[in-house]
This record gives sequence, C-alpha cells and structure tokens, in this order.
Amino acid sequence: MYTAVFGAVEAGVIYALMALGVYLSFRVLDFPDLTVDGSFVTGGAVAAILIVGGADPLLATVLAFFAGFLAGCMTGILHTKGKINALLSGILMMTALYSINLRIMGRSNVSLLSEETLISKIVDFWKGLKIDDAVAAFFTSIGLADFIPKTWGILVIMLILVFVMKAAIDYFLKTDVGLAIRATGDNEIMIKSFSANTDTLKILGLGLSNALVALSGALVAQYQGYSDVGMGIGMIVIGLASVIIGETIFGAKTVVRATLAVILGAIVYRIIYALALRVDFLESGDMKLITAFIVICALVIPRFIEFANEKKKKKRRLLESQRLIEANANKKSGENLAAVKTDL
Amino acid sequence: MQIRKVVKILLQLKQIYKVFNEGSPDEKVAINHVNLDLKPGDFVTVIGSNGAGKSTLLNIIAGRLTPDLGQVKIGGKDVTLMPEHKRARLIGRVFQDPMAGTAPSMTIEENLSIAYSRTTRRGLKLGVTRKKREFFKEKLSMLNLGLEDRLHAKVGLLSGGERQALSLLMATFTEPHILLLDEHTAALDPARAELITELTKKIVEEYKLTTLMVTHNMQQAIELGNRLIMMDNGQIIFEANENEKKHLTVEKLLMEFQRIRGKQISNDRAVLV
Ligand SMILES: Nc1ncnc2c1ncn2[C@@H]1O[C@H](COP(=O)(O)OP(=O)(O)OP(=O)(O)O)[C@@H](O)[C@H]1O
Ligand SMILES: [Mg+2]
Repeated sequence: MYTAVFGAVEAGVIYALMALGVYLSFRVLDFPDLTVDGSFVTGGAVAAILIVGGADPLLATVLAFFAGFLAGCMTGILHTKGKINALLSGILMMTALYSINLRIMGRSNVSLLSEETLISKIVDFWKGLKIDDAVAAFFTSIGLADFIPKTWGILVIMLILVFVMKAAIDYFLKTDVGLAIRATGDNEIMIKSFSANTDTLKILGLGLSNALVALSGALVAQYQGYSDVGMGIGMIVIGLASVIIGETIFGAKTVVRATLAVILGAIVYRIIYALALRVDFLESGDMKLITAFIVICALVIPRFIEFANEKKKKKRRLLESQRLIEANANKKSGENLAAVKTDL
Repeated sequence: MQIRKVVKILLQLKQIYKVFNEGSPDEKVAINHVNLDLKPGDFVTVIGSNGAGKSTLLNIIAGRLTPDLGQVKIGGKDVTLMPEHKRARLIGRVFQDPMAGTAPSMTIEENLSIAYSRTTRRGLKLGVTRKKREFFKEKLSMLNLGLEDRLHAKVGLLSGGERQALSLLMATFTEPHILLLDEHTAALDPARAELITELTKKIVEEYKLTTLMVTHNMQQAIELGNRLIMMDNGQIIFEANENEKKHLTVEKLLMEFQRIRGKQISNDRAVLV
C-alpha cells in the first residue's frame, strides 16, 4: 500500500511535466492540443533510441525535449499557416507522429532495462550520498519500517527538476513574450492591436508545451524501463485530468499558483490511479475509462453546483418577492420589489 | 521613428475601394474610392449612417482589412500590404466593445505592460518591472478612477467604463502616430461615456495625437477635434475643416446630409442632441 502510493507520487512528479505542457496549451493558449498523445511518445522514442545507441542519457533527454518542440511547432504551423482547425491540427499531428515514432524506434518497443539511463544514474548517485540508509534507520527507529521505499533519490531529483521547470515557466509567462502568449489565449483581437504576431506566438507556445510533454515522455520511458509506441494513448486526457484536478483543489488565481496546482494535480491523479487499481474488480485496462470519468466529473460537477446555487438563489428571490407583495397588498407599484431586484 | 514632425501628411488614403462578397448576390461596396489626408495633430471626427463604411475604413487603416484598390500611406510610406501586427506599432486603437481592448484574465499592470511593448520587439525581459510600475501608476492616476491602487486586479473584474478608460490609456500612452477610435463610448451609459469622452479630449490634446474618431453623437462630433467628415454608402459625402466646423450645428449637419443625399440620415444609434 505505502509503496504503491510512494510509487504513484514518484510517477506523478514525472507526469507533472506533461501536465504543465497541457496547461500551457489548454489554459494559457486556450488551444485544445491533441498532439500530446503523439509527442509524449516522441520524447520516449527519441530518448530510448539514443540511449540504446550509446548516447549520454542526459543528452538523449535534452534532444527528446527539442523533438517535442518541433512536433508542437508543426501543429502550430498547421493551425496558423494552414488555417486548419485547432482540434484537427492536433489530431493530424498525433496521427502522423504515430508513424514517425515507429520510424524513430524502428520497432514498437525499445527496452532500456539493461541500459544506463538518467534514472539509473540518479539512483546510483543517490546511493553514494547514503541518505536513504539514514532515513531508513530513522523510520525503523520510530517503528515505521513499512514506510521505507527503495530510494528517495528519484523523487527528490525529479521534484527538483519539476520545480526548476515550474520556476522557468512562471518566469517565462511574465516576460514580454510570455505576457503576449497569455494575451493571445485571452483576447486575440487585443494583442494583435498591440503589435504581436499571434501566429508566431501560438507556434512558440505549442512548441514549448509539447517540448515539456516530450521531456516527460523521455523520463517516463527511462523510469519504466522501456519506450512503447502505444504509451501515449489517452495522455491528453490524463494531462487534462491533472490540470483540472489541480485547479479545482488548489486554485489557479495566478500563474505561480496555477502551475503549482497542475503539478499537485498530476500527483493526486496518480494516487487516485494507484488506489483505483487496488479495487478488486477494476483492471488496469479500466484506467482510461476511470480517467475519462474523472475529467467528466471535474468538468460537470462545478457547473452543476453553480447551476444549483443559481436556481436556489432565484427561488429565494421569487419567494421573497411574493412575501413582499403580500405584505404590501394594498400598494400597486413595483417599487417595493426594487430591493429584491438589486441582488439579482 | 519621429516621422510626425518631418512629414506634412501623416496619413494618406488614396482611392481606397473595398467590396465585400464580390460576385455574390450580397455583394457590397463598403468603401467607394475614398481619399483622405491627415496632417500631424489632426483630430478628425467621423459620422455617418449605419453601414456607411466607417468601421471598414478604420480597419483598412489599421491593416485588419486590405483594400481591393488604392493605397494607404503612413508618414509617406506605403503600408497597404503591411500586416496588421506590424502596422500596430504605429497605430493605437480603441474598440467599441469595452471587452475587446483588454485581456480579462490578466492584471491591470500586465495589460499595461503589453501595451507598453507595442512599439518594441518583445523579448525575454520581465514585462512588469518596478520602474514600469511607477510609470503605470502615474499614467493611471490621470484617469482619476483609482485604478493606480489596483495594479494587481484582474481586468475582467473592472466595469465597462473602467475597462474602456484603461483601453484608451493603453492605446495612447506610447504615443502612437495615429489613434483610431471606433465608437469607443457607444457601449457605455451616458455618465461613463461622458467620462471617456473627456479623457479622450485630454489625452489627445496632451500627446497631440493624430486621431480619427468615429462617433454616433453628432454634438460630440462637432465639439471635438478640428475636422469632421460625414460618410454615407462608402463615400465621404461631406467635410468640414477647422473654420467651417466652428459654425456647424447638428441641424446644419442634418440639412447638409438631406441636401446631398435627398434622404434623412439613418442611424439607429444617432444622438441628435
Ligand atoms: N466582414 C464583412 N463581410 C461582409 N460585409 C461586411 C463586412 N464588414 C462590413 N460589411 C458591410 O460593409 C458595410 C459597411 O460596414 P461598416 O461596418 O464599415 O459600417 P459602419 O459605418 O461602421 O456602420 P455602423 O455605424 O453600424 O458601425 C455594411 O453594409 C456591412 O454590412
Ligand atoms: Mg461601425
């Protein structure tokens, strides 16, 4: 149980990079970008094939980032220059990427189990620090031996990486270019009248979004020990689920808050996932259904609550007006209802 | 680019012609061979019936629409084919819709910062710096709306009038070569419209902005600015220069329209007072 949750948090942190990418496209640019399902695999594929080919895992991961950037730019170009609808450009790119990913890997699955990866390097590096032993000794001493995970290294290093990326995104979104990208998603007419080339900004934004997604894919491949051509299926929904869960629970008032919420949302999602898998009658294949269900709930419930509140308020107002009418039965004018009207 | 001082004619429209839905049954000539010269510092008010082509003309100047025939020159330079976003470096705009000129989910200071970088190339420097914030505060206090104390408020929370005042400030404080106002007070209640009109007057005078202002308020069109043009059916049918404008009244304008067109001016939003 504890190890399952610990693993979920670990994976959640790595998937958080993907969720941040989805946040950039869906929320900041207001662009429903489905490229994600493809670019996630592109990241994994590029990293895996380079690592198998003997490249330094760090370099392989960085190159995966850029491969994702290119994929995102292509979607942006299809949309802005090719004038193709946003959803369709993403779907086209996602479909094209499936073949491209197969070409990159040369087969549908590349194993990394016997390779030195970024993750295995982190584990080795962490072992050298001997922190795990100390922590384990501490947990055992307070009688919580159950809590001891294999290593804290992956979690700690990935957390650092994710928060560095978060800080970079936060900063970027406050620069002149970043503000212009946010305005592009917010009010395109306005930002055009302030001399911004919205085509370029969309292409750049989608590039960055998919670069993060591919980075996540590269790390996930190294974390799970293989890259598979099907590992991106439904990724966009998982990303959305993370964004929505995060925003709902932790709020999204400012950019800094929103990116934090997205990271936490990704972790919460993974925990829900892990717990759902422990329910007896659920199989791992059901997870996509559950994910879709989570997103649907997260989308519908807030609206439903709002609707219910609105209805309640209207009813209250109506009753109040009837009470007033009865109380002032002799008066004819609607004046006495003015007070009720004001809190419409 | 200090072209304003050197060039005698700042904005020049030559034989502008624009037709919508060409070749189809609802073909519409929106602008029919319009010529217009603006000198630096000119403040031209534009009136005309619905569908006269006022907005289309402004959109052609701004580069949002490309004319089918003719030439647009700014500061002597042909900009007819220059894309909207490049031309926006020279042009400030306020739209009729108070929602159109600002980004609602961003803060006041972020909006101002976007406007601030209208004339520059955007890079990776922080948009809002302490120095800029001081500058923004100073400019905002000009509006007398207390917005200078709400720099971190999301613009979506502001009232229509406040948003329009902010839009006006954002369009002007970088001193554009040309300011285009398209019925920018039309969506506001009379008190707020009055406020925005006063601000417009003040700002245009302070920066000596070359301005084209579309309005449906004839009285306002007569009072503001140094020139007036009346449009109908895609053409400029009447022009008043600085001297002529001094003697204009709403009645005279209406009579003028009737004399030229043989019909009454039709504008469902026209304010004749
Ligand atoms: N994008 C478009 N497609 C087709 N017709 C258009 C388009 N834009 C404007 N028109 C037509 O061109 C004519 C001029 O429109 P325009 O919006 O310039 O008028 P206006 O003078 O601004 O009117 P109003 O006072 O109502 O704002 C109108 O007949 C309008 O229907
Ligand atoms: Mg108009």
